[in-house]
Amino acid sequence: MTTGMPLLSLLIWVPVLGGLLVLGIDDARSSVARWTALTISLLSFLLSLFLYAGFNPDSSAMQFVELRPWIESFDIFYQLGVDGIALPLILLTTFITVLVVLAGWEVIQKRVGQYFAAFLIMEGLMIGVFASMDAMLFYVFWEAMLVPMFIIIGVWGGPRRVYATIKFFLYTFLGSVFMLASLIYMYMESGSFEISALYALPLDMPVQILIFLSFLAAFAVKVPMWPVHTWLPDAHVEAPTGGSVILAAIMLKMGGYGFLRFSLPITPDASRELDWLVIGLSLVAVVYIGFVALVQTDMKKLIAYSSIAHMGFVTLGFFLAFAISERGGNMGAASMGLQGGMVQMISHGLISGAMFLCVGVLYDRMHSRNIGDYGGVINSMPVFGAFMVLFALSNAGLPGTSGFVGEFFVIMASFQANFWYALLAATTLILGAAYTLWMVKRVVFGEVANDKVAALQDVNRREFFILGVLAVSVLALGLWPAPLTDLMGSSIDNLLHQVMTSKLVP
Amino acid sequence: MQQVYLTIVLAPLLAAVIVGLFGKRIGRAAAHWATILAVGLSCALSLYTLVGLTLGTVEPWNENVYRWATVGGVHMQIGFLVDRLTATMMATVTFVSWMVHIYTVGYMRDDPGYQRFFSYISLFTFAMLMLVMSNNFLQLFFGWEAVGVVSYLLIGFWFKRPTAIVANMKAFLVNRVGDFGFLLGIAAIVMYTGSLDYQEVFSHVPRLSGQTMEIFQGSAWSVISIICILLFIGAMGKSAQVPLHVWLPDSMEGPTPISALIHAATMVTAGIFMVARMSPLFEASETALSFILVIGATTAFFMGLLGLVQNDIKRVVAYSTLSQLGYMTVALGASAYTGAIFHLMTHAFFKALLFLAAGSVIIAMHHEQDMRKMGGLRKYMPVTYWTCLLGTLALIGAPGFSGFFSKDAIIEAVHASTLPGAGYAYAAVLSGVFVTALYSFRLLFLTFHGKERMDEHTREHLHESPLVVTVPLVLLAIPSVVIGWLTEDSFLFGGFLGDAVQVLPGHDVLAEFGEHFHGPVGFVQHGLVGPAFWLALAGTIAAWFLYLKRPDLPGVLADKFSVLYRLLVNKYYFDDFNEKVLAAGSRGLGRVLWRTGDEKIIDGALVNGSARVVNMTAGVVRHFQSGYLYHYAFAMIIGLTMLLGWVLLTE
Repeated sequence: MTTGMPLLSLLIWVPVLGGLLVLGIDDARSSVARWTALTISLLSFLLSLFLYAGFNPDSSAMQFVELRPWIESFDIFYQLGVDGIALPLILLTTFITVLVVLAGWEVIQKRVGQYFAAFLIMEGLMIGVFASMDAMLFYVFWEAMLVPMFIIIGVWGGPRRVYATIKFFLYTFLGSVFMLASLIYMYMESGSFEISALYALPLDMPVQILIFLSFLAAFAVKVPMWPVHTWLPDAHVEAPTGGSVILAAIMLKMGGYGFLRFSLPITPDASRELDWLVIGLSLVAVVYIGFVALVQTDMKKLIAYSSIAHMGFVTLGFFLAFAISERGGNMGAASMGLQGGMVQMISHGLISGAMFLCVGVLYDRMHSRNIGDYGGVINSMPVFGAFMVLFALSNAGLPGTSGFVGEFFVIMASFQANFWYALLAATTLILGAAYTLWMVKRVVFGEVANDKVAALQDVNRREFFILGVLAVSVLALGLWPAPLTDLMGSSIDNLLHQVMTSKLVP
Repeated sequence: MQQVYLTIVLAPLLAAVIVGLFGKRIGRAAAHWATILAVGLSCALSLYTLVGLTLGTVEPWNENVYRWATVGGVHMQIGFLVDRLTATMMATVTFVSWMVHIYTVGYMRDDPGYQRFFSYISLFTFAMLMLVMSNNFLQLFFGWEAVGVVSYLLIGFWFKRPTAIVANMKAFLVNRVGDFGFLLGIAAIVMYTGSLDYQEVFSHVPRLSGQTMEIFQGSAWSVISIICILLFIGAMGKSAQVPLHVWLPDSMEGPTPISALIHAATMVTAGIFMVARMSPLFEASETALSFILVIGATTAFFMGLLGLVQNDIKRVVAYSTLSQLGYMTVALGASAYTGAIFHLMTHAFFKALLFLAAGSVIIAMHHEQDMRKMGGLRKYMPVTYWTCLLGTLALIGAPGFSGFFSKDAIIEAVHASTLPGAGYAYAAVLSGVFVTALYSFRLLFLTFHGKERMDEHTREHLHESPLVVTVPLVLLAIPSVVIGWLTEDSFLFGGFLGDAVQVLPGHDVLAEFGEHFHGPVGFVQHGLVGPAFWLALAGTIAAWFLYLKRPDLPGVLADKFSVLYRLLVNKYYFDDFNEKVLAAGSRGLGRVLWRTGDEKIIDGALVNGSARVVNMTAGVVRHFQSGYLYHYAFAMIIGLTMLLGWVLLTE
C-alpha cells in the first residue's frame, strides 16, 4: 500500500466527519441520510480492506504508523498504528457497522439522520481506540465512544432506557477513572504517554499490582466480567437493535483488547501474581452465567448473558500463559490461549451480532422479546428460522462455525494450565447448547403459538442479505480460520514474549 | 486418489446444499434425483476403494487436504486416512444411506418437507464420511458434532410435534455431555503429544505408557488411561451407552428412514469406530478397556430387557439397537476390535432392514406404531414379512446368518478375555442372547402372526408397500444373510483390517478363538455346540409360547412380578432422574443465581447500594440522575478536568 496515505486517520475521521454530515439531515430527507450513511460505512469498510491488503502479517511491529504532536506540554501525541491484534478488530468494526446501517434502514423512523450519525461517529471513535499508540489518545477515544452509545440507548431505546443508561454510565465511568489515574502515574514516572514507553517502564510489584487492579476495573466492566456484568443485560434490553449489535459485537471487545494492550504487557508480574483472579472470574462467567442464561425469559437478556459467558473464554485464554509456564509447559499452548481469546472475540462479534439482529427481526414484527410470546416461528418464517438455527448452533460452538474455533483453542490451552480449568471451561459445551437450543425450541420450533406468529412475514431482501452475509462469515471462519490466525500469529508471539519478561527492578 | 476421496465426500454435500437452498424451486423429483445420484456415486466410489484396497490395487492413503490453522506450533489439518477400516465404514455408510435415500422416496411421499428431508440425509452422509475418513482428531470432532447436528435436525424433522422437539434437544444435550469428555480427551492428547494427527499421536504411545498426571493434589493417574476414558465418554454419548443412552429411544420421534440410517446403522456406531480407530491408544490402558467392557456389557443386557416391555414397534427396535451397540462395545473392551467392526457392519445391514421393515408396517398401518393393534400382517405384506424374518434371524444370531458370525465371535472373545470385569461381561452377553431372541420374535409374532387386532378401516386398506420401499428391503436382506458367510474368515481371522487396528499379543482373544475351527462351515459347527445357540433357540421358543401359544401369560407375569415390570416400564428411572433432578436442578440453580446472586446481591446491595451511598454523601449527585444525557456528558467532562487538574497540581 501507499505509505504516504494516512490510512488509519482516514479510517477514524471519514466516519466521524461523515457522521457530522449526516447529523444535519432532517427527517424530511431521511432517505438521503440513509444512503449517505451507507456510502460512508462502505467507504470505511473499503479503507479497512486496504489496510488488510497492505498489512504484513510476518512482522509483529506496529504498521501504518502515524505520528504528530498533539498536546506537547504534556507529551501527548497523536500516534496511530496497528499490529496483528488491532487489525482484525478494526476489520470487524467496519464490517459490522455496514450491517448495522442496513439493519436500521427502514426500522428507524424518528431522527434518522442523528441515528446514523451516532453510529458513524462511534465507528470512527472505536477504530481510534484500536489504532491508538498513545495512552492518552487511547483514553480520549475510549471515553468519547461512550457518548454516542449513551445517546443511542437514551434516544432510541426502550421504556427503561434512563435506568439502563445510568447504570451503564456508572459502571463504565467508575472503571475508567482508575485507569486514567494509573496512566497519569506512569506518565509522571516515565515522562511519556506512548504505550511502548510504558511497556519499557520498570515497575515494582506493589505498584504493578495497583496499576493492574486499576486496569482490571476499567476492562472488566467493559468485557464484562462477573461480578461487574449486570449493566449489560439492562443495556441490551433497552438498546435498539443496532445499539445491541455494536455493543455486543465491538464494544465488549474493548475490554479484551485492553487486557492485551495494557494489562498484560505493562504489568506482567502483577498479571502473573493475580492470574488466578482473572481466571477464576472467567470460569465463574462460563459456569454461573451459563446457568443464569438458562432461565431467562427475555430473548435479549438471554443473549446478553450468553455474551458474558462467551467473553469469559476471552479473558480465560488471555491469562493462561502464567500457569502454563509455571508448570514448565509448552509455551505454544500459551500462545494458543491468546489466539483463542482473540478468535473468540472476532467470532463472538459475528455471532452475537447475528443473534441480536435475529431478535431485532422478530421484534420489528411482534414488538416483543418475550420468549413466551413466540413458538413455531419457523412455520411462518422458514428462511428466518433456518438462519436463527444456524446462528444458535454457532453460538453453541458447533465445529465448522466460528463459534467453535476460539473455544477449542482456549480449552486446549487451559488443559495445559490446569485440568480443572479445562473441565470447567468445557461445561460450555453442555450449558451453551442448553440455553441456546432451549430458546430455539421455544421460539422457532413447535406449533404456531398464536395468531400474531401465524401472521409473521418472512425476512425481506434487506434482512436476508444482512443475515446471509453474517452466515457466510461465520461458516468461512469456522471452516478455514487460518487467514485470521496467521494474521495474528507474530503479534501474539511478540506479546507473549513481553508478558514473559519481568519488569521488576532487580 | 485424492480426487476420488474428495468426490466421495463432496458429492453428497453439494447435493445437500443445492437441494437445501433451492429445493422449492427445483421440485421434488429433482431433489430426490440429485441426492440419490450423489450418494450413489459416493457408494460406487467407496466400493471401488474397498475392492481396490482388498485386492491391493489401491494403496492406503494418508494425506492432508488443507491447513485449517497453525496455532501454538500445532498444525491443524483437514485430511483423509483411507485404509481397509475406513473403506469398510465408507462402503457400509454409503450403501445403507443409498438404500435409505431410495426408500425415502416412498416413505416420505406425502410429506411437505420432502426436499428438506433429502437435503438433511445427504448432508448427514457427508458428515459421516468426514468422520470416518479423517486422519486427525480435529476433523473427527467436526464430523462427530456434524452428524449430531443433522441428527438433531432430523429427530425434530416434524417440528410441530411437541415430543419431537423435546427429543431432539435431549439427543443433542446428552451427546454434548459425551462430547464434553471427548473434547477434554483431545485436549489431553494435544498436551501430551503436541499433535492432532492420528499417526503422530500413535507414535507417542510408547513414551506415554509410564507417564502420570496429577488431577487431585498428590494423586497420580496414568495419562493414557485418562485420555482413553475421556475419549470413550464421547463414544458413550454417540453410541448410546449407559448412562448416556437415554436419548436414543426418544430419537424414534424422527421419521423412520433416519431411525434406520442414523440411529441404527451409522451415526450411533461412530463411537465404536472411533475406539477401533484409536486401538493403539486403548491397547495401552487395561483400565480403560475394563471400563469399556463393563459399560458395554451393562448396556447389552439391561437395555435388551427393556425391549421386552415396549409396545411401540420402533421402540423395540431402538432398544435392540442399544443392546447391540453394547455388544460392539463389549468387543472393544475385550480388544476384539475387528469383532466390533464386523458386528457393526452386519448390524448396519440387518438393523437398517428391521427399521425399514418396521417403517413399511407403519405405512400400511396408517402411522399406527402400537403392536397391540397389529397382528396377522404376514398375509397382507409378504415381502415385508419375509425380509423382516431374515433380519430377525440375523439379529438373534441364527447359525449361518450374518449376525451369527459377528455375535458369536464377540461372545467367544469376551469368554477368552482375562481383564477385570470379563466374567460379568461374559454372563451379560450370554444371557443377552436369550433376551434378544425373546424380544425379536415377540415383535415378529405380535406384528405378523396371531389375531388381527387392528380396526376394520385399517384392515381394509392393508396392502404391501410400493417397490421403492420393498426393493431396499430386499437389497438389505441379501447382505444380512450372506455377508457373514462371505467375509468372516478374512475379516475376523485373516487380518483383513491390517495395521488399522492394533492388538497387543496378550490381548488377542480373537486369534485364540480362531484356532478352534476353519472356514464358515467350521464356525457354524462350532456355534451349534455352544451355549449361545441354545439360548437363542430357547428365547425363540419362549416368544412363541408367550405370544402365540398362551398370549394371556405375559399379562399374568407382569402382575406377578410387578416390581420388576414397573422397573422395566419406567426404563430404570433414568429419564425421571434426568428430568426431575438434573434438568429441574439446573433451572433451579439458574434461578437462584439470577434472582439472588445478580439481582439481590450484585445489583441490589452493591450497585444500587453504592449509588445510594453516593446519593447520601453528596447531594450533587442528585443532578446526575436528571435523565438528561447532556448532564451526564457534562459531568463526565467536569470530572475528568477536575481529576486531571488535581494530578497536575499535586505534581
